[in-house]
Amino acid sequence: MLEELYKEMAQSIIDGDSDISAELAQKAVELKMHPLDAITNGFVVGVTYIGDQFGKGEAFLPELVMAGEAMKAAIAVLEPELLKLGESREMLGRVVLATVEGDIHEIGKTLVGTMLSASGFEVIDLGVDQPADKIIGKALEVNANLIGMSALLTTTMVRQREVIEELDKEGLRPRIKVMVGGAPITKDWVDKIKADGYSEDAIGAVKVAKQLVGKE
Amino acid sequence: MSKNIKTISNPKIKLEVLTQDDVKKIHEATLQIIEKVGVRFPSKRALEIWAANGADVDYEKKIVRVKPQIIEDAIKKAPPAYKLAARDPQQDLQLDGNHVNLGTDGCGVEILDINTGEKRTSCLQDVRDIARVADATEEVAFHWVSLSAQDTPVESRGLHELKAVWENSTKHVQTESVYNVEEAKAAIEMAAILAGGKGNIRERPMLSLMQCTAPPLGHDGGSLDAALLAAEVGIPTGFMTMAACATTGPITLAGDLAVGNAEVIAGTALLQLAFPGAPVFYAAAQTASDLRNGSYTGGGPEDFLFGAATNILADFYNIPLSMGAFATGAKEPNWQAGLEGGLSSFMASVVMSDMLLGCGFLHGSRIWSFAEMMMDCEIFSIVHKMMQGIVVNEETLAMDAIAAVGPGGHYLGQKHTRKHMRELFMPQFMDRRPYSEWETKKDDARDWALAKARKTLKEHQPDPLDAKISAEFEKIIKSVEKK
Repeated sequence: MLEELYKEMAQSIIDGDSDISAELAQKAVELKMHPLDAITNGFVVGVTYIGDQFGKGEAFLPELVMAGEAMKAAIAVLEPELLKLGESREMLGRVVLATVEGDIHEIGKTLVGTMLSASGFEVIDLGVDQPADKIIGKALEVNANLIGMSALLTTTMVRQREVIEELDKEGLRPRIKVMVGGAPITKDWVDKIKADGYSEDAIGAVKVAKQLVGKE
Repeated sequence: MSKNIKTISNPKIKLEVLTQDDVKKIHEATLQIIEKVGVRFPSKRALEIWAANGADVDYEKKIVRVKPQIIEDAIKKAPPAYKLAARDPQQDLQLDGNHVNLGTDGCGVEILDINTGEKRTSCLQDVRDIARVADATEEVAFHWVSLSAQDTPVESRGLHELKAVWENSTKHVQTESVYNVEEAKAAIEMAAILAGGKGNIRERPMLSLMQCTAPPLGHDGGSLDAALLAAEVGIPTGFMTMAACATTGPITLAGDLAVGNAEVIAGTALLQLAFPGAPVFYAAAQTASDLRNGSYTGGGPEDFLFGAATNILADFYNIPLSMGAFATGAKEPNWQAGLEGGLSSFMASVVMSDMLLGCGFLHGSRIWSFAEMMMDCEIFSIVHKMMQGIVVNEETLAMDAIAAVGPGGHYLGQKHTRKHMRELFMPQFMDRRPYSEWETKKDDARDWALAKARKTLKEHQPDPLDAKISAEFEKIIKSVEKK
């Protein structure tokens, strides 16, 4: 019976079905199952499977994204229960994400957010057109260990440097690590602005984030 | 160097990738999207224009929903054909549905250095060099600002780039890198100086403006404001959608076309509502996203189909099209680059896209390569030749020569052969040598293309821009730079 439920949980993630994953999470609550058991033995198994399939080239990005969304839906049900028990999930790190000031392009950044949260990071996504003080302010407020910034234009990517300079001025690095991304971002640029890491795509971003928080 | 520009015209090849019924369905879907789902216009000026013209405006979300009739009436006001002017009037380009004009691609961030071959960050001198080589190349009809001049201040970067191209070429310039009010005003001043006064811009627009949409179903505020300023004075202005299947557009090609079409048509309608009769164009570089990493592929069969489909839509709305082609994902000039450049340019040309963009890039329009530029030009020349088709008449049936040679023998000694031999395509970069010659040299198209670019850069002297005009440009640029 329990095994069957775990399997269904994993399958809901593999199918990327947020309605079913939330329902199953609710069922776990009703059965008074420990939320961490449901997460670890059920839902995470699905995430790991999809991740492996993706690595083998047999699953595709939409499946990965939908698995992430289904996971989020399950966690949204289970997390409050966990808090009631005075416990919390062990997260890999807390990330503040934003597209820099003057720039409205966010699909890559949003994708990175989905991948990071599916991989066990807590993600606070500020959205687009975010000035340095807002990004840094939020990072301090939530005690983030990572800031991720995106830019699509060569005229806005300079804002990434401003954020890094501001962090340095305040002595907030290396406590807060910085990763950057976006179509015009190159390794030369990353070196120049002394960012801690960058990736050309969302999958790579997870690896970089894990390295930066020392969880790789 | 020849001042001649090679454009494709009077095509002999036809392709119907969408039927009239297909187009009607996409059009109806587009109108429904604009009316029911809406399109985001994050510009106060744009929203006010929409509201004044009867659109339903959500000021908080900056989304407008518009009745089909308003869109259809507005689009009808757009001129179906007009001219892109060049500093050299002989190099003016017709956007009339019967010319395919090749441009350089833009706007990248890195370059394979012409001397060292090393990849590095792009700078202003690169913009000058590319403009100069393109000026000498008969395949390139106009410039897109090729690379971002990353060694210039961000607030005036787009203007430095324009000045650099005008100083190094007499051909028309289109920029995609002027996307705010301040720079647009300054760029218009520059265009006015070239045209001999602001009132002459409409007659002699030596600048055109391309603004990217923000798919799905959105625009950028600065882009909208810049486009409105440009349209007001008669600078040809277009909105380009790059809605990509699976990420910024639906996974299915028809759905992706509808989303992109809604962005472009809504933007174009806005310009016509504000300034009826303003010269506008449709622009698109739609593609599929890579399913493994989400990247913009800029190639593959979906991309090629979009290339052939979009001009049918632009023709339906009776406005010129600028179509993205050559946007390979290849990291160096190789099999993939040649394949993607060849098929994408063919499919977009065969339907007579007015502007074809563009030659020169690798890695999804990010890394400039002079060798790639030259080889793309050769691909364009091949397409150009193919589009002339097969001429069948008494002379080309060659009956006299056939009778003279008879069974056996050969045609090398025939006057008919000599008369027509230069009609055959002579490649610059294709290897047709004996194997042994290749074996000793081990060189190929890439080496020859690069050598040609180097020689051109060294030797070609474009007609200079009047020093007084340069000085005025400099003043305009300084005026927008932060003290």
